[in-house]
Amino acid sequence: MSETNGKGSATPMLDELEKGEWPSFVTQIKEMAAEKEQCQQLLELLERSYREKIGHWKHGGIVGVHGYGGGVIGRYNDLPEEFPAIAHFHTLRVNMPSGWFYTSDVLRKICDIWDEHGSGLTNMHGSTGDIILLGTTTDELEPTFKALTENDFDLGGSGSDVRTPSACVGPARCEWACYDTLDLCNDLTQTFQDELHRPAFPYKFKFKCSGCPNDCVASIARSDMSIIGTWRDDIRIDQDAVREYAENGVNIERDICGNCPTKCMEWDGHDLEIDNGNCVKCMHCINAMPKALRPGVDTGATILLGAKAPIVQGAQLSSVIVPFMKLEPPYDEIKDLAERIWDFWSENGKNRERVGEIMQRVGMGNFLEAIGVDPIPEMIAYPRENPYVFYEEYYEEEDEEAEQEEEEGAAVP
Amino acid sequence: MDTQRRTDIGPPDFRRFLPPIIKENYGKWKYHEILKPGVMVHVAESGDKLFTVRAGSPRLLGTKRIRKYAELADKYCGGHLRFTSRHNVEFLLTDEKNIDPIIADLAELGHPVGGIGPAISSIVHTQGWVHCHSAATDASGVVKAVMDDLHEYFDGTTKIPGKLRIALACCLNMCGAVHCSDISILGVHRRPPRVQQGLAKVCEIPNVIAACPTAAIRPASVEGTPSVEIDESLCMFCANCFSVCPALPMADALNDGVSLWVGGKVSNARHEPMFSKLAVPFIENDPPRWTEVVQNVRKIVEVWVDGARPHERMGEFIERIGWPKFFKLTGIEFQKEHIDDYRYAGLTFHRSAWVRH
Repeated sequence: MSETNGKGSATPMLDELEKGEWPSFVTQIKEMAAEKEQCQQLLELLERSYREKIGHWKHGGIVGVHGYGGGVIGRYNDLPEEFPAIAHFHTLRVNMPSGWFYTSDVLRKICDIWDEHGSGLTNMHGSTGDIILLGTTTDELEPTFKALTENDFDLGGSGSDVRTPSACVGPARCEWACYDTLDLCNDLTQTFQDELHRPAFPYKFKFKCSGCPNDCVASIARSDMSIIGTWRDDIRIDQDAVREYAENGVNIERDICGNCPTKCMEWDGHDLEIDNGNCVKCMHCINAMPKALRPGVDTGATILLGAKAPIVQGAQLSSVIVPFMKLEPPYDEIKDLAERIWDFWSENGKNRERVGEIMQRVGMGNFLEAIGVDPIPEMIAYPRENPYVFYEEYYEEEDEEAEQEEEEGAAVP
Repeated sequence: MDTQRRTDIGPPDFRRFLPPIIKENYGKWKYHEILKPGVMVHVAESGDKLFTVRAGSPRLLGTKRIRKYAELADKYCGGHLRFTSRHNVEFLLTDEKNIDPIIADLAELGHPVGGIGPAISSIVHTQGWVHCHSAATDASGVVKAVMDDLHEYFDGTTKIPGKLRIALACCLNMCGAVHCSDISILGVHRRPPRVQQGLAKVCEIPNVIAACPTAAIRPASVEGTPSVEIDESLCMFCANCFSVCPALPMADALNDGVSLWVGGKVSNARHEPMFSKLAVPFIENDPPRWTEVVQNVRKIVEVWVDGARPHERMGEFIERIGWPKFFKLTGIEFQKEHIDDYRYAGLTFHRSAWVRH
């Protein structure tokens, strides 16, 4: 335990972060430090970082569980003699159930496993969506994995593989879900177990499933393949409910029609008229009046490709590859699309090149040809402005003569 | 060889964990209403009602606290709960009478209820100094300091015009992919990597050279052994070389710190999704409370709260008033660093004569 027990706190700066209204991560580590020497040493190492304004964790080495190339992040501190209990302090990424639904029993089971085999510290959840089990020794990795799999849990992705797919709450608790995000997420995860556990790609590949264009899992910013629910028919309107919103003080002209990006709606004080052919499915009017407006019933998803954070060539948002796709089990169409992309990317991608980057490097047009998708105007914000076009073929004079002869020949009966 | 070893089983099927009311009304929800801060009701076609109570969390949780969540779920929710994509915990109730008691129990545990609708939700963030090798700042500590200051916007004490999403990433790797947030707090390095002795023993030199987006890394011989040299004038501190090669450390107590970005969004509502743009290029690390970061975030939030129209997100608001006015209202000094000089930088220049005077 702490060397300074009885001589004041060993962690005065961190203690400061136990004050205030917001729940404190320091309190969380301290709660566990009463029983776990690892957590006490983590506190003291972190205090040192706060004092020195620098981190004390080193690059991960190659650690993992037998037969997998991902799911464990190796972590070592750079002061192992002073902090031996956390000399190695590896992370396990555990694939969460779709939509982050749990029962109290299964949560307690995860806690039991982690109390026995690790630090007892977690993130609920990590940025990609996994349950993060934060900190254990190399020796405990395989026993933790065994205990997890005995309880029907498995590791998530890390490194150059399919990363743990994630989904919004979807049809479980949202009236706007335009496809079953939870089922698709679970299905993709199960279908691509090999791709998820054994890194064989140039770099990571993320799927994120959002049920509507509100995009609650930020798929357009954070996934290589963004699957965003949408619909093709008309917004469902309950005019009585619209009038009720108006009576309750919603300024429909200003705050609903005025915010419509395509100005496709009109309010005459009695009825709300929508020109559905010009609606881009932005969700604003539906968000603002959920009792009165709902997405249509001919639903599916827009598929977009290529989002990523800055590393290596700069951040990107995903862009449209399929404007509308029906998404129903067994989801062959989207799986087939993903596999065609992986084939091209695996063959041609550079080390650490994301799908969004290879699209830029080879050109979107060439990329489309390679994956067998026709170019359509929905894929672009506007056509090119620059006239430097890479035409791939040109004709020689002989070609023209040959063509002419052919045409003339064909004209003679 | 253990023949019982299970692999490639994937996660347990989510359907095992859905509460009965969700199983019965799956895909048949009709509408929802926000009843008060952090509480909403979903009404099904069948007339069934599901109440959600959303509580903020520090993301870093010990098993003791998770067991407390489990107890609350047993006490009020038939043993069911879920988490959100922003680290909040959600309790799913069928009995409206349980709403206030569970909020009281959560308050006792120190978890505020809020973050639904026009509110600040929990800050999505990364590991920072708690557990990351490439952090330029801490994550949990900055988030704690900022949320201590902004909790009034989370729990509904102060009403705001629309959603406000804050995210933090402790370096440009952006595990938190913060680049499309209303406000993003981003750890930055400012000192080029320092080439360590014996680099070639731990790193593949061609990989290291290829890792640099600006070709600042060149092969070199150092004291007769193969290594690399850095053209410091080309380094923009992305740390990608460090990601592939631990012998090129970038963390530096004197030069690391935090930048602030504003106006991004991922939702398609009203305006297409947008990247966040640079507001404050650099603030020194100042643990434990990062006072200057907290003050700048608050200033930006207040300018938006005062000036935005209903529903208007930060980026829409700034687009309407214009960037010069944003800098004027926030008092943030505009500097050379605000002007992009990476690829296609010209696309960010002001290419019209539209000027407010």
